Amino acid sequence: MLPLDLDALTGCLASSACLVTQTTSGFIIGMLLFLVAVGLTLIFGVLKVVNFSHGAFYMFGAYFAMTTYQFSGSFALAMLCGAAGTAIIGLIFERGFMSRVYGADVLMQLLVCYAFVLIFDDVVRMIWGPEFKSMGMPAAFQVAPLFIAGGVVPPYYLLLIGVALAAAVVLGLGLVRTRIGKVIRAAAHNPGMVSALGINTGLIYGGVFALGGMLAGLAGALAAPVRSLTPGMGFSVLIESFIVTVIGGMGSILGALIGALLIGLIRSFGSLGFPLFTEGLMYLFMVIVLVSRPTGLFGREVA
Amino acid sequence: MTRTRKPGVSRRATLAMMGAGAVTFATPWVGRAQAKTIKIGMPTILSGRVAQLGTSSRNAVMLEIAKVNAAGGLAGRTIEMVIRDSKGQPQEAARVARELVNTDGCEILIDAEASSGAFAVHEVARDLGVLCIHTNSETSALTADPKQHIPNAFRTARQGVHDSIVGGSYAAAIAKAKGLKKWATCSPDYAYGRDTTAEYVTYLKRFAPDVEIISESWPKLFQPDYTEVVTKILQAKPQALYSCLWGGDLTSYIDQANIYALFSQMEVFAVNMADYTALTVVKNLPKGIHSGNRYIKTYPATPENAAWGDAYKAKYNEYPTNWSWENATAIMLLAEASKKANSADGKKVAEALRGLKIKSPFGADGTVTMRAEDQTLVGYAIGWGTTIPQEPYVPQVQAGDWKTIFELEAEWKKSKGYA
Repeated sequence: MLPLDLDALTGCLASSACLVTQTTSGFIIGMLLFLVAVGLTLIFGVLKVVNFSHGAFYMFGAYFAMTTYQFSGSFALAMLCGAAGTAIIGLIFERGFMSRVYGADVLMQLLVCYAFVLIFDDVVRMIWGPEFKSMGMPAAFQVAPLFIAGGVVPPYYLLLIGVALAAAVVLGLGLVRTRIGKVIRAAAHNPGMVSALGINTGLIYGGVFALGGMLAGLAGALAAPVRSLTPGMGFSVLIESFIVTVIGGMGSILGALIGALLIGLIRSFGSLGFPLFTEGLMYLFMVIVLVSRPTGLFGREVA
Repeated sequence: MTRTRKPGVSRRATLAMMGAGAVTFATPWVGRAQAKTIKIGMPTILSGRVAQLGTSSRNAVMLEIAKVNAAGGLAGRTIEMVIRDSKGQPQEAARVARELVNTDGCEILIDAEASSGAFAVHEVARDLGVLCIHTNSETSALTADPKQHIPNAFRTARQGVHDSIVGGSYAAAIAKAKGLKKWATCSPDYAYGRDTTAEYVTYLKRFAPDVEIISESWPKLFQPDYTEVVTKILQAKPQALYSCLWGGDLTSYIDQANIYALFSQMEVFAVNMADYTALTVVKNLPKGIHSGNRYIKTYPATPENAAWGDAYKAKYNEYPTNWSWENATAIMLLAEASKKANSADGKKVAEALRGLKIKSPFGADGTVTMRAEDQTLVGYAIGWGTTIPQEPYVPQVQAGDWKTIFELEAEWKKSKGYA
C-alpha cells in the first residue's frame, strides 16, 4: 500500500458525510487532549514548572471514575469524583513535593516528576491490579449513532466535546473576568509583587495545580468508558499533550485549544491521506511550527 | 620469609574437615534433598503491560507441578520451580535464563517469554545445552527454521502459521457463503501484527481468491485512541474486517468502535477475542465477532477441559489464558517424558519427548503430540467461532482440520526454504 492515499483524502473532502465524520472524530481526539494539555500549560504559565507527571492525573481520573461508576452506577457522579479526586491529589502533590523544588534546577524538577510517574503507576497497580480494566459505556449512551449530514456521530462523543468546550469557556472567562483569575494572571506575571500585596501565593500555586490536575482527571474520566485502563496509561497522552503545548505555545490556553484541535484533525484526516505517516505528520507539523514560530502559535515572546 | 609446616594434617585443615563433617552429619537432609529435588528455571514477564499473561503462565505451571510432585515428581525427584521476572526485555530474559542455570543450578528451563524474549533464551539454551521448553512464542520460525533447530529445545505453544491456515480457511468459507469480497485489516504496527496479518490474508485469499483488501490500518501498539482508525474503516465501507489487536488494545478498540455501531455494519474477525482476559473485561461485548480459540474451557467441549479450567479458576479466582494451557502442557509433557525415560536427566528426557503423544485436555482429539521432526506441539485444539456477550462467550467452535494444516504447513515450509 502506498504511504500516500490522496484519492481517499480528496474523496473525503468532497463528501459531506465523510467530512462530518472525520471532523468530529478529530474534535473528539482533540478535546480530550485539550483538557490534559490545558492543565499542563496553565501550571507552566503560573508556576513555571513543566509537570511531567501530568499524565498520571489523567490516569487517576479514569480509575476514580471507573470505581465510582462500579459502586454508584451514576455516570455524572463518576465524572465528578474523577475530577474532584484528581484535584485533591494535585493539591497534595504540589504542596507536599513540587513546592519544594520551585527554585531548583530544572533537572531536579524533572527527577521529582519522573519519580512520581513511577510511584503513581505503582500505586494504581497496587490498588487496582496490573491487568487492564474497562469501565463500560453507561446505558444511557448505548444507543445508535446519530447521522448528521450523512456523517456518523456517536452521542457520547457529542457530550464529550460539549463538556470539554464548556471547560474551555469557563476557564477562559474565569481567568479574564473574575478577581481570582486576575490574581492568578498577576501571580504568573510577577509573583513577588502579588505576595507583597498580601495575597497568599502558596494558596494560588496549590489551587492552580489542583485545577490543572482536575482538568486532566476530567479528561481521564471522560475517556474511561471508551479506553482501556492500565497503569501507565497516562504516558502516551502526556507525550501528545506536550506536542499540543509546544504547537500552541507554553502558557497559552487558546493555544492549547487550537493546538489540540489541529492535532486531532491531523490524526483524523491524516489517517485517510497518509495512513503510514499519521504519527510522523504530527511531529512534522510541530517542527514546522517550531521553526517558524519558536514560542508556538500563541506563545508570548520570552522577555 | 617462608614458614615451614610440619608434615601431616594442619590444624586449619582439621578444623575445616570437622566443620564439613559436622554439617554433613548434623543436617543430613541437605544431602538427601539435593539428590531428590530437581530445579526448573522459568523466566517470564511478571511486570509491565502484559504481566497478566506471565502471571497466568506461572499459575498454570504451579497448578501442574503440584500434581506431578504429589505423584512422585520427575522420576522420583521433587520439582522445585525458580521463577524470575524478565520484565519482557529480551536481554533481561537471556540474562535471567543463564543465571538460572549457572547460579541457581536449574536443570531444565521453561521459557515463558513472548517471541522477542524466546529467541534470546533459545540462544542461551543453544550455548548451555540445557533442556529448554518454549511455552509462549507463537512465531513459526522458532521451530520451523532449520537454522534455529537444536536438539534440546522444544515448543509447547501454538504456531502462527497453524492459526493463519485455520483462520484463513474459516474466514474464506464465510466470505464465500455471505459474498464478503471487500475486506479491511486493522492490526498493531509491530512484527507480530504485520506477520500475522500477512499470513492470514495469504490463506484467506488462497481459499477465497476474489477477496480484496481495500483498507489497511496499523495503529501503534498500546495506542489509547482508535477513533480515527474506526472512522477510516467506516469510510472505506468494507464487508469484513480482520484484526489481530489483543488485550487492552482490543478492548479499547471494541469500546470505541461499538459507539460507531461498526459491528453492525460488517463481519468482524478478531483472532485474539476469545481469550478470557479480553472477554471478561469488555463490558458490552458485541454479539457475533468471529474469533480464534485461545483458551476457553468449553472448547474442546470435554469434561477434562472444563475440569481443568474450573480447577484453575477455583485456585486463582480468574480464568486461565492462552499462555496458561501452553505452560501446563509443558509440565504434562515433561512428566510423561521422564516417566518414559525413567530419568530426569535433560538429554534422556529430550530423547523421550521427541514424538511423544500424551493425553491432554487441550488436544483436538484428547491428545497432543510433540512432533519429532521440528520439536513443536501439534494436535492441540484449534478452531474459530462467534462470540456472545455472556458465558460461555463462544458457544460453537468450528474445529480446524489438522490434515489440512499439515499439508499447507509443509507447503509453507517449502516456500520459505525451511524444508
